[in-house]
Amino acid sequence: MENISPNPSTSLISSEAHIIIEPPRGWAALDLKELWHYHELLFFLAWRDVKLRYKQTVLGAAWAILQPLMTMVVFSVIFGQLANLPSEGIPYPIFTYTALLPWQLFAFALTNSSNSLINSQNLISKVYFPRLIIPLASTLAGVMDFVIAFMVLLGMMAYYHIVPTLAILYLPLFLLLALLSALAVGIWLSALSVEYRDVRYIVPFLTQFWMYATPIAYASSLIPGDWRLLYGLNPMTGVVDGFRWALLGMEIQSGLMIGISAIVVLVMFISGLYYFRQMENNFADVI
Amino acid sequence: MSDFAVRVKNLSKQYNLGVHVANLTLREAITSSLRAPLKWFNIRSNSNESKFWALDDVSFEIKHGEAVGIIGHNGAGKSTILKILSRITKPTRGRVELFGRAGSLLEVGTGFHTELTGRENIYLNGAILGMSRREIDRKFDEIVDFSGVEKFLDTPVKHYSSGMHVRLAFSVAAHLEPEILIIDEVLAVGDAEFQKKCLGKMTEITGGGRTVLFVSHNQDAVARLCQRAILLESGRLILDGSTEEVFSQYFSSIDRLNVEMVLDPDGVMPDGGVAWKFDLSGFPISGDSHGSPNQSKIVILEDGKKLGPPHTLHETIRQNGMGAYSHWGTYLYFSSSDNTDPRSNGRAYIVKLNQLSRD
Repeated sequence: MENISPNPSTSLISSEAHIIIEPPRGWAALDLKELWHYHELLFFLAWRDVKLRYKQTVLGAAWAILQPLMTMVVFSVIFGQLANLPSEGIPYPIFTYTALLPWQLFAFALTNSSNSLINSQNLISKVYFPRLIIPLASTLAGVMDFVIAFMVLLGMMAYYHIVPTLAILYLPLFLLLALLSALAVGIWLSALSVEYRDVRYIVPFLTQFWMYATPIAYASSLIPGDWRLLYGLNPMTGVVDGFRWALLGMEIQSGLMIGISAIVVLVMFISGLYYFRQMENNFADVI
Repeated sequence: MSDFAVRVKNLSKQYNLGVHVANLTLREAITSSLRAPLKWFNIRSNSNESKFWALDDVSFEIKHGEAVGIIGHNGAGKSTILKILSRITKPTRGRVELFGRAGSLLEVGTGFHTELTGRENIYLNGAILGMSRREIDRKFDEIVDFSGVEKFLDTPVKHYSSGMHVRLAFSVAAHLEPEILIIDEVLAVGDAEFQKKCLGKMTEITGGGRTVLFVSHNQDAVARLCQRAILLESGRLILDGSTEEVFSQYFSSIDRLNVEMVLDPDGVMPDGGVAWKFDLSGFPISGDSHGSPNQSKIVILEDGKKLGPPHTLHETIRQNGMGAYSHWGTYLYFSSSDNTDPRSNGRAYIVKLNQLSRD
């Protein structure tokens, strides 16, 4: 035992870690410090989702472009040509594609994060880590698709000779708002899904209805002025208007609307976090 | 700083058995809340009879560097203790204190994804078990070396044999180096040679001054790793003493139980041959590879129906197309006497050992 070389196990024991495990009481704190401690796992899980997304597909990552592109074509024919919806002087294809980008990111992130806990049953019942990592990671996994599809948008902007103004610097803010919106709904639904499997069936309808409530095929200026504040309760309205403003230089119908969108998201997000933390204690027993 | 690494005090865990727990649909929740609006708020605590205590007032302490085995029949509360200590679930009452970084291994290969390559799975699994990226980088070669799959590192795991899969998974897990290690029965993996290697690795881990909590039915393994053991029965701590003492008490209580073994669909003999394989965990015949079960009355159930009259093990296995049996780790194997693959007829088999008499 007179080992001179440093013994790793004795140095381990001197660590300060002290964990207390007790029955849950009252409202759980968010414990962001612990969440940060697990940030590597967050990236590993997101990376796994990205890796697996197009495994064993012939077209691979091309799907990330094809999905919004094909939707754009359909919308351009039906809403742009046949219904002749106004697009405020912007060529209709790029008008709708600019909205489809954040929308598809949102819809993917929302669907993925809502189902994430059920899809990770084996992890939840066998290993400990802050469960928030799971919906967070599945939200993050959609960003890769967004980046790929965004390249196409840049090409389209060049084709239509649209030069972005300095407003483009605000784009990350609207991107963040889209992700936060998806996450806000996603953590609510994922926590509910542990007990109520209905969530799996609600989500497809939810995203479908939500899409029509978002100015993707049409401009938000079509909405009568009186209704705009109510319309702003849909955070994706703010996101889509923000994208069109930052990239295409379109006028923002109402700054207040975006403000309302942001507040709605924050309220849902923070309440979702607390609800999730509250339910988390039972996940392993119920799932 | 405390002398203790683990301090468990009056730990209790209550589970609900009722229908209201798992997979409740929204409709049921809504209708029940309409019937009794107030119940919505405590839907989890509705009826009393559907509850049971998986753990009931368990207290013990473990010093730094001590290795303790947790012994008990299926359903005695072993897994619940491990789940609480690894923070997967919360206790209903009581308190646990862990002094030091804890890591747990409740299953080999948690989070393995078959579409990913061996290399990718090492990183993913490592991260899930709580290793940092740098830690995995550092131990990567060692992990690969131990698993013996270096040739297939960049092959998706779905193309691995089940043995390779398990070896890789164990290797990642074995290189987790927390101060307090919580392990469920993970030794019963791979072929005999790899099991020996695993046990060696575990001995090395426990010998390194680490605090270990180890759940197993394998007497040899527990005796080799732990000086001290805890016996649980129906959620209560019955005995806390030397491993030897605890096992002798454990074996003496086995008479009262009927043991069921389910045919494992993955019926492969350690030597690669096809066999009827039954999981014996929960049934201590450790250390006696050909003797004990043939004294007992055995019933074989095929899809829930009894196969043949209860005879001695030898007769029954002959009648049902099973040949010689042997026992390996926690599994009982019957070789297939007429060379048919027992998995091929798609039926469920259960072996029951009733009124086990001990000599």
